[in-house]
Amino acid sequence: MNAPGERTTGTTSWLYRRILHPIKLAADAAVRAWQSSLQLRVAATTLVITGVAVVVIGVFIVDQVAGGVLQAKRNAAIGQARLGQESARTSLSETDTSVPGDVEAARTKITADLTANGQSAGLFTTAIESESSTSANEITPSVAIPDGLRRLVQQSNLAVQYAPVRDGDRTVPGLIVGEPVSARTGVLDLYYLFPLTAEEQTIALVQRTVAVSGLALVLLVVGIALLVTRQVVRPVRVVSQTAGRLAAGDLSQRIRVHGVDDIARLGRSFNDMAGSLQRQIRRLEDLSRLQRRFTSDVSHELRTPLTTIRMASELLHAHRDEFPPALARSVELLNAELDRFESLLGDLLEISRYDAGVARLEPETADLRGVVQATVEASRLLAERQGSELVVNLPDEPVPVDMDSRRVERILRNLVGNALDHGEGKPVQITVRADADAVAVTVRDHGVGLLPGEAGLVFNRFWRGDPSRSRLTGGTGLGLAISLEDARLHDGWLQAWGERGKGAQFRLTLPRVAGHTLLASPLPLVPDEDARGANAFEFEEEDA
Amino acid sequence: MKPRVLVVDDDSALAEMLGIVLRTDGFEPSFVADGSRAMQAFRESKPDIVLLDLMLPGMSGIDVCRGIRAESGTPIIMLTAKSDTVDVVLGLESGADDYVVKPFKPKELVARMRARLRHHENLVSEQLTIGPADSPVTIDVPAHQVSRDGRPVALTPLEFDLLVALARKPRQVFTREVLLEQVWGYRHAADTRLVNVHVQRLRSKVERDPEKPEVVLTVRGVGYKAGPP
Repeated sequence: MNAPGERTTGTTSWLYRRILHPIKLAADAAVRAWQSSLQLRVAATTLVITGVAVVVIGVFIVDQVAGGVLQAKRNAAIGQARLGQESARTSLSETDTSVPGDVEAARTKITADLTANGQSAGLFTTAIESESSTSANEITPSVAIPDGLRRLVQQSNLAVQYAPVRDGDRTVPGLIVGEPVSARTGVLDLYYLFPLTAEEQTIALVQRTVAVSGLALVLLVVGIALLVTRQVVRPVRVVSQTAGRLAAGDLSQRIRVHGVDDIARLGRSFNDMAGSLQRQIRRLEDLSRLQRRFTSDVSHELRTPLTTIRMASELLHAHRDEFPPALARSVELLNAELDRFESLLGDLLEISRYDAGVARLEPETADLRGVVQATVEASRLLAERQGSELVVNLPDEPVPVDMDSRRVERILRNLVGNALDHGEGKPVQITVRADADAVAVTVRDHGVGLLPGEAGLVFNRFWRGDPSRSRLTGGTGLGLAISLEDARLHDGWLQAWGERGKGAQFRLTLPRVAGHTLLASPLPLVPDEDARGANAFEFEEEDA
Repeated sequence: MKPRVLVVDDDSALAEMLGIVLRTDGFEPSFVADGSRAMQAFRESKPDIVLLDLMLPGMSGIDVCRGIRAESGTPIIMLTAKSDTVDVVLGLESGADDYVVKPFKPKELVARMRARLRHHENLVSEQLTIGPADSPVTIDVPAHQVSRDGRPVALTPLEFDLLVALARKPRQVFTREVLLEQVWGYRHAADTRLVNVHVQRLRSKVERDPEKPEVVLTVRGVGYKAGPP
């Protein structure tokens, strides 16, 4: 039972692979072409409508012509039969219907007589049947008189019917007219057989003519439709391509406009729009370039005097023991604030570099664990001051990553500094995890956390979560903004999660190979529920 | 004897302040404010080390740097207001040994200067050989001389220190960070571009084909090591 089933399956899949699938592909391609080309749609619609109209009209014309021709033939045939009836009666009245030879002679005579004074009914042959004689068919064995016609004629009617007749050696469509004729020994049925060869040829000619001219008409109309839509579609395509290039950033793109028609007006309006856009964008670009240059220049120009001040301050600071207390404290404040001023200036310059688009990635393959360890070492002092423990969770295997170590270390330093700053003395966890495509570092604190909606704001420049909180590390307010730019430069992600009272977690995800697009991160952004529960419990114990 | 320092900087306040700091720290500074007079001042004062601002009137710091390098291996430390990659790399490639970014702390500057001035009082005869067997590079450490195929190779003190550091442990791979610490004297992580640029400069002098190094080899993802002796 299985074998036929399997064969059926095999046949089905073969059928699918060889026939249905290609058909499906072709259908898909056709649907796509249909949906994407206005020209195709217009041409196809025109083709269908014109085609239907031409077929209907053609059928009507052929029908009318054929009907007219056949009607004329029929009328002529009946006239011929009427005319012939008299002479036939004369000829047949002398004929003994029981003698085939006589009948045949009479038939020949009738045909000759009729043909002699023949009219417009055209060529014909005749057949004679005796109603009483069963051998009537033998008289003209080649002609089959339809039974219906024969019955009508035997009821003494003049009857007409279309039926095949012989013309030479061929059987052709024909018209048979039958009439009863009284003969000496009874009634004979005289049939006139008109082959319709000529009429058929006429009708075929008309059919051919109608078909050819109909086809030509359809092609002509479709051609016109194609031409007209092309005239409309081509400018539309030009406009669409130009708009695409404009959107891609080439603001100098314009359309060449000829004439004053609707299409030309479209082109002109489009060009006006593009020109206006270009002017606006140029103005904004100039403005923003000036602004960025200004930020960069100011930062640079400030550096030289700041260096002098810095050195003077350091010199004073080194000798502060020799000063009276108020002066000594002033020198300390001067020195500390200079540090802040300097880092602010550095951050401003860095962000202006990003704004100006001149920041460049210099990726080198390095072990991410090394960078994390260096960051942790550098943050050790700050962690001690805050009373927070730094818990580092690194993979055992090296984690080589294509990265600009300087920038990655800066990101991590910012994240760790931020976590210590807001960690309220609780441990800060740093976790590194890697998969085949990406690496992730999370920095988790258990401090005040973030309010809903704040996770998106933390990367804003000069944003402060809680203005009333004291600034412990004296951050510049640009650290996370720069970190975000650093991460973006690596095609990486920098994201934040936080909940009020539960702390916050920042996650940095980088592609392992420079330039690859990130799809997923090896670590979750929102900390694992269980781990959080356990940690929370630990802290309660510690607090108690 | 106090080390002589030539300060090439057009900002008079900064130059004066630098003078105060340098004298306090036991240097003997001399000053020049114009780039076009820097070379003359260099030849006259014969300094042990040069502090060079990159933005100068007359002649750019980069050109001054090249001019000095063409004549001598005297350590040059750039003072730059720009930490942009292009400027720093351009300065290093034109021959500067190290750079400090304004605003720098005086201690930092002095530490950098001392690192460049530190003399290896190495009286013990030490001969090192590295590179391919058919064309080895020989280093006479106390004499500060390097030769390859019998011809002497002129290296700046920094390039010499870099080569010696690698040659002393021929099988060891040095990370850039370790080299920064051993050769430049950085205690904390610093700009690894310093190492990259100077390895290139060193290669251009000791390698037969700097594109296919045999003496100073790159270990991808880690750092550098000396070629097998």
